Amino acid sequence: MALTQPTLRVALYEGEGARPLTGAERFDSVKQLLAQGISVRRAAQPGDISVWVGDFQTPQPDGAETRLSRAADTLPAGIDQTRTQQSAAPTGQWKPWFPVIDYDRCTNCMQCLSFCLFGVYGVDSERKLQVQNQDNCKTNCPACSRVCPEAAIMFPKYKAGPINGDIVSDADLQREKMKVDISALLGGDVYALLRERSVKAQSRFSKERDSDKALAERQRCLTKLASLAADIPPEVLASLPSPEEISRRAEEAAERARQALEN
Amino acid sequence: MSAPRLLYCHCQYAQVLPREVKEAVLQKLCEAGVEFEAVADLCELSARRDPLLKDLASGGALKIAACYPRAVKWLFNAAGTPLDPASTEVCNLRVETADIAAAALLRPELQPNLPSGKPTP
Repeated sequence: MALTQPTLRVALYEGEGARPLTGAERFDSVKQLLAQGISVRRAAQPGDISVWVGDFQTPQPDGAETRLSRAADTLPAGIDQTRTQQSAAPTGQWKPWFPVIDYDRCTNCMQCLSFCLFGVYGVDSERKLQVQNQDNCKTNCPACSRVCPEAAIMFPKYKAGPINGDIVSDADLQREKMKVDISALLGGDVYALLRERSVKAQSRFSKERDSDKALAERQRCLTKLASLAADIPPEVLASLPSPEEISRRAEEAAERARQALEN
Repeated sequence: MSAPRLLYCHCQYAQVLPREVKEAVLQKLCEAGVEFEAVADLCELSARRDPLLKDLASGGALKIAACYPRAVKWLFNAAGTPLDPASTEVCNLRVETADIAAAALLRPELQPNLPSGKPTP
């Protein structure tokens, strides 16, 4: 998916040649447009926006390239047609979920770049960490934020702080440090560990004859797994590539991080 | 001095802003008859480096109804259009009531509140 296409913007027009709207009418139209993923300017003058939405009383007000009636039953189709004509970005096909770096906190340690298997991170010409491929990020997965020792990675749509952008407390920093330590103890490759543990568990359970012991062991493993991968959606875990592919991608990411840190 | 420009984010693709809060704030903006920009999702515009963000960031005093100020600050930065901390106020619809957020947006004075720098331990 290309994130380079512009989005469609419209002006809610109430100027000459159109009927002024009540507050309730404005609200209905703006809400309907936003639900279609369209940005709206409500202003006396539409400025550089050429698509106008309103209750028009003249055939074509000066300045409008496209004029759409705000009638609720025809507006969605008009928007879709205009979007196609202007080659504007389709909306609703991608949930904008991606990491946002707080550069007041980031130390450019590259742990996130090393950790991410999906090529979301990169570096700029000055070897400063950047989020470069937002649409490679796995929706609802905040795992990379968990390896950041400075709590510098945000996902604004995440449920809780400080990952959602809330203020970072000392307690948050202690938690983040603990998670990094866990990752280091496990060899720094949480993904590989998760797969390995899953395979071992399946093998062990298939041989286990005592159902009570098997249940206890499964519960113990799941508890450990959950503590490691608490926020990683099951579909992300299920979609992980083969251990060999994980290993290859992890080596690639580590190499990119190493090169970025070289002077 | 001109009134601050207003930006409202509807956070269309997630459920993190309470629906009753964001809709009540939008309704108050519409009823007040003020000029504003309403965007479906500020995160998406940031990822797309939408020119609107540059226009807003460089256009003087700005009030933004969205989520946490720290997130908003760095979403603009990620789009290559950093906000001016001295002329930006963010109303956090994740935690504020609709009445408080709308009042903050509609009052003529600006109360800058973007975070600056790493907090002292």
